[in-house]
Amino acid sequence: MKPFTRLDGLVAMVDRANIDTDAIIPKQFLKSIKRSGFGPNLFDEWRYLDHGEPDQDCSGRPLNPDFILNQPRYQGASILLARENFGCGSSREHAVWALENFGIRCVIAPSFADIFFNNCFKNGVLPLCLPVETMDRLFAAVEGTPGYRLVVDLPAQTVTTPDGTAFAFEVDQSRKQCLINGWDDIGLTLRHAEEIRSYEAQRRVAAPWLFA
Amino acid sequence: MAGKTLYDKLWDAHVVRTEADGTALLYIDRHLVHEVTSPQAFEGLRLTGRQPWRRNSIVAMPDHNTPTDPGFTRIDDPVSRTQVETLDANARELDLPSYFPIGDLRRGIVHVAGPEQGATLPGMTVVCGDSHTATHGALGALAFGVGTSEVEHVMATQCLIQKKSKTLLIRVDGAVGPGVTAKDIILAIIGHIGTAGGTGYAIEFGGSAIQALSMEGRLTVCNMAIEAGARAGMVAVDDTTIAYVKDRPFAPKDELWERAVAAWRELHSDPDAVFDRVVTLDAAAIKPQVTWGTSPEMVVAVDQAVPDPAQEADATKRAGMERALQYMGLQPNTPMTAIMLDRVFIGSCTNGRIEDLRAAAAVIQGRKVASSLKQALVVPGSGLVKQQAEAEGLDQVFTAAGFEWREPGCSMCLAMNADRLLPGEHCAATSNRNFEGRQGQGGRTHLVSPAMAAAAALAGHFVDVRTF
Ligand code: SF4
Repeated sequence: MKPFTRLDGLVAMVDRANIDTDAIIPKQFLKSIKRSGFGPNLFDEWRYLDHGEPDQDCSGRPLNPDFILNQPRYQGASILLARENFGCGSSREHAVWALENFGIRCVIAPSFADIFFNNCFKNGVLPLCLPVETMDRLFAAVEGTPGYRLVVDLPAQTVTTPDGTAFAFEVDQSRKQCLINGWDDIGLTLRHAEEIRSYEAQRRVAAPWLFA
Repeated sequence: MAGKTLYDKLWDAHVVRTEADGTALLYIDRHLVHEVTSPQAFEGLRLTGRQPWRRNSIVAMPDHNTPTDPGFTRIDDPVSRTQVETLDANARELDLPSYFPIGDLRRGIVHVAGPEQGATLPGMTVVCGDSHTATHGALGALAFGVGTSEVEHVMATQCLIQKKSKTLLIRVDGAVGPGVTAKDIILAIIGHIGTAGGTGYAIEFGGSAIQALSMEGRLTVCNMAIEAGARAGMVAVDDTTIAYVKDRPFAPKDELWERAVAAWRELHSDPDAVFDRVVTLDAAAIKPQVTWGTSPEMVVAVDQAVPDPAQEADATKRAGMERALQYMGLQPNTPMTAIMLDRVFIGSCTNGRIEDLRAAAAVIQGRKVASSLKQALVVPGSGLVKQQAEAEGLDQVFTAAGFEWREPGCSMCLAMNADRLLPGEHCAATSNRNFEGRQGQGGRTHLVSPAMAAAAALAGHFVDVRTF
């Protein structure tokens, strides 16, 4: 996993609440058995005027001029602002793979759906929550300032605006360490293999039907 | 000290170790696997040279991409076919003992087939790379959906890294009226607390209306916990649970059964348990529900009208409503019963069980699908549901009325196979999501109960099943 420490990035926004994972990556792209290549299909139904299919070359497809991420000013963005309950719906990790592949390393919203939130940390993407009032300010700032950037500092747990205003955010310490170091969860867990085995041994005695 | 909630009990029984920040390593008893979210996880195992920790914890089957055409022999879409074949190959390579491929009568939507086989039992931790895993909580289990990285993590370690959720008790007290089903209860709950109302919580559904539900009904309710924002939903174990589990193929037998039942009897919240939040609903006030928008919380009773965004004070919400109405092609204040339908879909892990098919068939009995409808589809949740329905003659009721009777799978719930809506079409669906494009690009989904879907199919528009 790509480590995440400090990100100085161009900010894009999709000003909607309840953006679901079906919208982030429509289901036809879930047929892929790969983990990569989903970026061109991020927000596919909103982004293009035609219907997209897996394995299609997207470079010649008609873009929807009304979809905000198609505006030239947002090209190359690595930070995405959104509203409440971002990533709700299906558990598809493809949603995070698509964002990451598109170039988004940090999503900032007032709240996230649990599974999506979790999936982000497994892929070097930082989902962070800021209060609604702060979000309103940031949306207004991005709207009014082409080329608007933010600095997200994970070790310091701050988001800093160009005028130097810093907003603090919360993050679980173990998740933070994993992101900063780019650690693989499975490797970490397997260090506790002995404990897992001894738990298992006890359970086999207490509740043998679980192991049939 | 206060007593424990059901969630506390399930959690505590599965903690392998806890870190200083409260993050726990949670042991997983049952791992359900389907073809869509598993290929990258199997690939991850291969790349790192890891083996599954406990192969017999895995129950796997293809469901999302499988065709539903009667007697199909192959998957025409090459991308779908590759995905199903990849699961076949992975199951073969790892020699998974419980793999139900196409052609196996036990195959179905994992959330229907799992409980049906007794593969998900009370007291278990159950995960699946699918957000509707909460379904299995109906059995008094801790069940939740995970992403593909976590699928791989569970395969490799039999554990998950988890933080404990807060607890939310949703009590539905009293008795529902005739024609009001488990689906209406859960839609009413979501309408009440919103799609983010349960975010960060594990929900326990309780109260006399929940206790009165059959196991099928409880599975329907827990299925949509995720639509209320919660990863897990659950119901306490009682006689209904135990009677349901008894004699299922994976359920314990004889002396082990007795021991298991004794343990399962403890799986309820203690009377003095304290929840972080409690929400109560009056069952008698719940009417048959229909969604009008593109989020399950955009729901009203069938005798109401499409709401007017102008009445909404919150700007973000208002904008959401306006966008939803535009997508749905609906005008504010249109009576729900005036919405004309193009297709009707009865099936999915929410409402693809035998009881659901019986409820729909009971409404249809001898009548015909409206001629204005392009398609009415019944897709049983599993091969065994289909077989049972056929033994009861339900397939005859459906086909005589003009419904198509299909092979089991997810089908038009998410339209990964060939069953889908065309742009602009309105569909009465018994599934769980009405998101934009969910049932096909531009498709317009209205979520309802099986009885309401059946009545709507006969009328060609929504009708109040209570007076139909
Ligand atoms: S029936 Fe629908 S919701 Fe259920 S598992 Fe299949 S696609 Fe998901």
